[in-house]
Amino acid sequence: MTYRLGVDVGGTFTDLLLFDQTSGKFWRHKTPSTPHDSSEGILNGVSAICEKAGISPSDVEFFLHGTTVATNAVLEGKGARVGLITTQGYRQVMQIARSFVPGGLAGWIVWPKPEPLAALQDTLEIAGRMDADGKEISPIDDAEIRAALTQLRDAGVQALTVSLVNAYLNGAHEKRVGELAAEIMPDVPVSLSHEVLPEMQEYERTLTTVANASVRPVMRRYVRNLRDKLRGAGMAGSLSLLRSDGGLMSSEKSEEHPVSLLMSGPAGGVTGAIWVGKNSGIRNILTLDVGGTSTDVALIEGLEARRQRDTEVGHLKVRASALDVKTVGAGGGSIAYVPELTKALRVGPQSAGAVPGPVAYQKGGTLPTVTDANVVLGYLPENLLGGTFQLDREGAKKAVQTIADALGIGLMEAARGIIDIVNENMFGALRMISVQQGYDPRDFALMGFGGAGPLHVNAVARLMGSWPAVSPVSPGVLCALGDATTRMRTETARSFSKRVADTAEEDVIAVLDDMARQTRAELLAEGINEADITSLFELDVRYEGQAFEVPLSIDPETLRRDGLKAVTDRFDAEHLRLFTFNMDSAHELVNLRAVAMGPALDLPAPELPKSDGNLDRAKIRDHELWADGAMMPAAIYDRALLQSGDVIPGPAIVVEMDSTTLIEAGCNGTVDHVGNILINPDLIKQA
Amino acid sequence: MPAQIIQANETPFATVAVDPVTLDIIENALRNARIEMDATLVRTAMSPGIREQGDAFPLIADYQGRMIVGQFGSYIGPFLEGYDGTVEDGDLIFLSDPYSVGGAISHCNDWLVLLPVFKDGRLIAYTSMFGHQSDIGGMVPGSMPIHATSIFQEGVRIPPVKIWKKGVYNEDLIKLVMHQSRTADWCKADLNALIASCRVAAARVVEMAERFGDDMFTSATDLLLDRNYRAMKHLIETSIGEEKVSFEDYICDDGMGFGPYKIKCTMWRENGPNGTRVVLDFDGTDPQSQASINMLLNENMMRMFFGIYMIMVFDPQILFNDGYYDLIDVRIPEGSLLKPKFPAALSGRTHVLGRLFDILGGLLGQKTPEFLNAAGFSSSPHLFYAGTDKAGKWFQLFQIGFGGIPGRPMGDGPDGHSLFPGFTNVPNEFLERYFPLIIERYETVADSGGAGLHRGGNGIDMVYRFLEDGVIAIHDDRWFVPPWGVNGGEPGARARKVLVKKDGTEIVVGNKLEDYPVEAGDRLHFITWGGGGWGDPLERDPALLAKELAQGLVTEKGALRYGVVLVDGAVDAAATEALRAKMRAERGPIETFNFGPDLETLRANCLAETGLPAPQAPKWATVA
Repeated sequence: MTYRLGVDVGGTFTDLLLFDQTSGKFWRHKTPSTPHDSSEGILNGVSAICEKAGISPSDVEFFLHGTTVATNAVLEGKGARVGLITTQGYRQVMQIARSFVPGGLAGWIVWPKPEPLAALQDTLEIAGRMDADGKEISPIDDAEIRAALTQLRDAGVQALTVSLVNAYLNGAHEKRVGELAAEIMPDVPVSLSHEVLPEMQEYERTLTTVANASVRPVMRRYVRNLRDKLRGAGMAGSLSLLRSDGGLMSSEKSEEHPVSLLMSGPAGGVTGAIWVGKNSGIRNILTLDVGGTSTDVALIEGLEARRQRDTEVGHLKVRASALDVKTVGAGGGSIAYVPELTKALRVGPQSAGAVPGPVAYQKGGTLPTVTDANVVLGYLPENLLGGTFQLDREGAKKAVQTIADALGIGLMEAARGIIDIVNENMFGALRMISVQQGYDPRDFALMGFGGAGPLHVNAVARLMGSWPAVSPVSPGVLCALGDATTRMRTETARSFSKRVADTAEEDVIAVLDDMARQTRAELLAEGINEADITSLFELDVRYEGQAFEVPLSIDPETLRRDGLKAVTDRFDAEHLRLFTFNMDSAHELVNLRAVAMGPALDLPAPELPKSDGNLDRAKIRDHELWADGAMMPAAIYDRALLQSGDVIPGPAIVVEMDSTTLIEAGCNGTVDHVGNILINPDLIKQA
Repeated sequence: MPAQIIQANETPFATVAVDPVTLDIIENALRNARIEMDATLVRTAMSPGIREQGDAFPLIADYQGRMIVGQFGSYIGPFLEGYDGTVEDGDLIFLSDPYSVGGAISHCNDWLVLLPVFKDGRLIAYTSMFGHQSDIGGMVPGSMPIHATSIFQEGVRIPPVKIWKKGVYNEDLIKLVMHQSRTADWCKADLNALIASCRVAAARVVEMAERFGDDMFTSATDLLLDRNYRAMKHLIETSIGEEKVSFEDYICDDGMGFGPYKIKCTMWRENGPNGTRVVLDFDGTDPQSQASINMLLNENMMRMFFGIYMIMVFDPQILFNDGYYDLIDVRIPEGSLLKPKFPAALSGRTHVLGRLFDILGGLLGQKTPEFLNAAGFSSSPHLFYAGTDKAGKWFQLFQIGFGGIPGRPMGDGPDGHSLFPGFTNVPNEFLERYFPLIIERYETVADSGGAGLHRGGNGIDMVYRFLEDGVIAIHDDRWFVPPWGVNGGEPGARARKVLVKKDGTEIVVGNKLEDYPVEAGDRLHFITWGGGGWGDPLERDPALLAKELAQGLVTEKGALRYGVVLVDGAVDAAATEALRAKMRAERGPIETFNFGPDLETLRANCLAETGLPAPQAPKWATVA
């Protein structure tokens, strides 16, 4: 038997999901995270879940892990001290940061400018220059480079980055700096911009290289420590980490290229949603991952998640492929307030977080949150986490009453208002990834997960017209499930920047083939069989002069057969869909990428027994909740006792260890053959 | 005659009750629609000015033309008043002539599209966007001749016309307009992008009205405007006094050797028959210029600027719209720099536009110095470089530069950043790839930010090496009258432009320059202004200066302005204490504003300090 273990470390909990690859059976476990050393929490979880399954850690063949270690290092400014070597005249490239000030007119008055990720005092210039064709126009000077490197070494930088102007076209100067660095500072890891990101735009390339270097030492420490601990616990299987783009990479590669991991956390939920969709026959999915402080949304079309070229973390936007996940500051902990001046009801982005948390959690929170509103309305019944966690409904009521008083409306109306506003914020994010990208949300199901996703999914689906609203199996540990069920992936990219009309097809194919070889070699090195590797090409195309490229993927055979014309035809179609017009301008081939993927996994979900038609089996008790402007009778069900084909009439609440699903009045939830709850409006069949 | 609005369905919208939650939902939805407009634009526009720098502004207005979301306030009211035509379902209006909309757009380079949004035969909203075009013909590449003396020299001037008339596209019109431009491809793409953005927002508005009902939607937009009115009324009553306060600042020159030009504004609150109002009176502003630095200032735009500054200075939580316009009375003298008479040239109006923000800051903060920011909104410095390359291909660059953000109550002004919202620099690797030039230097100028407890941001020194013969033009300001400091902070350094010829000869060129020939191999130092300082520089932590010395942001000499003595990179504590004591003893009391030397002194020292002759006092033409 082959076991895959998915582990997702969040701020509060470490989620584990153990998957028996042969039977599809799985076990899940939640254990408190141990922020001082995450591996402790992970090991606690590993022992616990292996015990549950009656196996030993040595039976786990694949350890698959989503982590926010890199993300947090960036957000909290806890990355390494990075030295940066730039071209003469460009020392302040990070300081100027493209001159961008966020906010509207006069926004500069209130903008706190963040410190550059590589400090200006640790940034030094060297002579030497390439032009925009990659030709050297002035040489480098070894003596000057040695002096700069020595200065940075003596200053105590922990990582070195080199980012020279036009190095994306010719990296010879950067290479030489790298060679000298290996001599002068042999213990300091070196990142060269033309290797990390051989693409045009000096600021973005530098930032990405610096971000990578900054989190490398943290990541290296983390991965090595975890690997040692797991080995110590008897686990011999492979250790892989989830990339921001939803693929896996080996832990060794993660140490080299942690910039690919910055969205590892949210990517897990999306890959988990793909697995759920595959098993329940839903191919188009919008995901709604509701956490304590924020909500992540993504679009899956035909069981493929949309990807984008940039990863946004805090105020930084680095060039690394990531799933197109949008985040809004709307979660269970989002605080509701009414500003004195406008008397408007606002929810978030300020959050009570885990500490002090919502009032109902009784950890010291005093401000009304979304969770408190859910408690007041009866959507979150007395306990969470299987009954060990009591909620303070009276406290929540008192807090929400302050909102009601400020608005001059009733308590329940205020609570429902808070929920409506937060749902609207989620709706706004979902529109950005659907309607705004030319997709009709009515062609998609909406899947809610994370602690609070299944509470909001029904209402948001109603706003979107996206049915069914899906509460997947194990919504609270879907990220870990995603970690466990995705495949290996790697990619490489290059700037190309030529008109299609002036480009010889063979040249493009030759470059792509070369890149494909490189990426396949990486996977071969991971021990994957040649025959199991799939290659894919991606070409970024735009009308010459545009800033926005449309990424088009194509397999090597099709490209050889149909040529670049097929690519530009698809670009035109996509442009028309996105922006409602085409132009007679020349097509420009901007970037080329080669992607290599490991074997696709066929991991079935275990089936539930067929329903006996008697829902009382799963009913815990009668209940009351607020719906359509009044308190209404409802029922609470135990998810573990549901069977395939059960239909739960709304309003109803379905509870399980780590999550609560709300089925609203006027809707019903059907349990599918693998245990997902598919919520639809009662009238949809007549419509 | 005002515009005639033709509706198949004349039923007036009913006012219905909107619960507070629905109201906030509609507000959020409108805000999202505006974000979509921006996103659509940058993805489809082609000119570097719009796609990289973001020089374009969206707006969604209610059916009466009042802005609900946007930035520069609604121009739809003045447009409707002056438009002698119909507004019908299927129309899309296009214009660029500032004089046809009371200055709501301020020069002909800004192309504006306006889409009346009809639902079920009724006009329910407007969506609109304008964006800066790279070239619209006229006497110079880039179409902003600083030396123009009439608007007829500034390229194609489009009165309000319909690109779509009741759903029928007027291809001939577009052909005619595009034929005037040196960069027709960019203009076509940018116009398409503006239209696509308006259509996206229109679709969202209709969806909203479908979701909530037409009456609910229009009632909600009324309430949003009203909410803003109440918030602003409260702000005005608590923050603006009845006593008159005045503030003056200057435009350095007009590009023809005359200057500086004074802009003066006096502000007070009065309690008239209609309740509380703020008066902004520009009496005392200099007459219009014979050159192009005039700005036809729309009163509503000024109201919007005032509101935004009030909000940003006193309470950044508020989302602004047009709702409070009745509270502000803007008085601009006819024939002045701010209300020139047709056909005065307008293409150099960016300097006045920028200066208005410094003036607003100075007016609002005068009585509450803790909220006061220093000066630094020089203008948007422009560089144009055009010619025909060796292969015979026309090239044309228009680039906006950035400078020092002023010292602020919250901290230092960022170095080399943009004061205009959403703008970014064009990546230098992009410039080198697509234009015949090399950017040899791109960094901020040490010590150029005014000293202060919170120092002003440094200006930028960007060095262009031109690879082809061609012509350049430069539009910048704050080279003669420095950006002022506040609360003890010192003025920032002034802007400067130096051309270094192939043989090493240095020529200080003007900051307003047209059709200046350059040769391949010439280097241009495009140096922008530094922000003014905020607060007493003698209070700044000396360790910070040591750090900034290592960072190359100040020099040892520059640190002396803070009374800080740096020796071998470290603070000499004893010498610093002594110097600070001496400076404290010698200086007079700290004034709220530090404008630097007076105009006469600036004139006397101009050539020595700037390398340029002092501008002569303007001569006023008799305007017919």
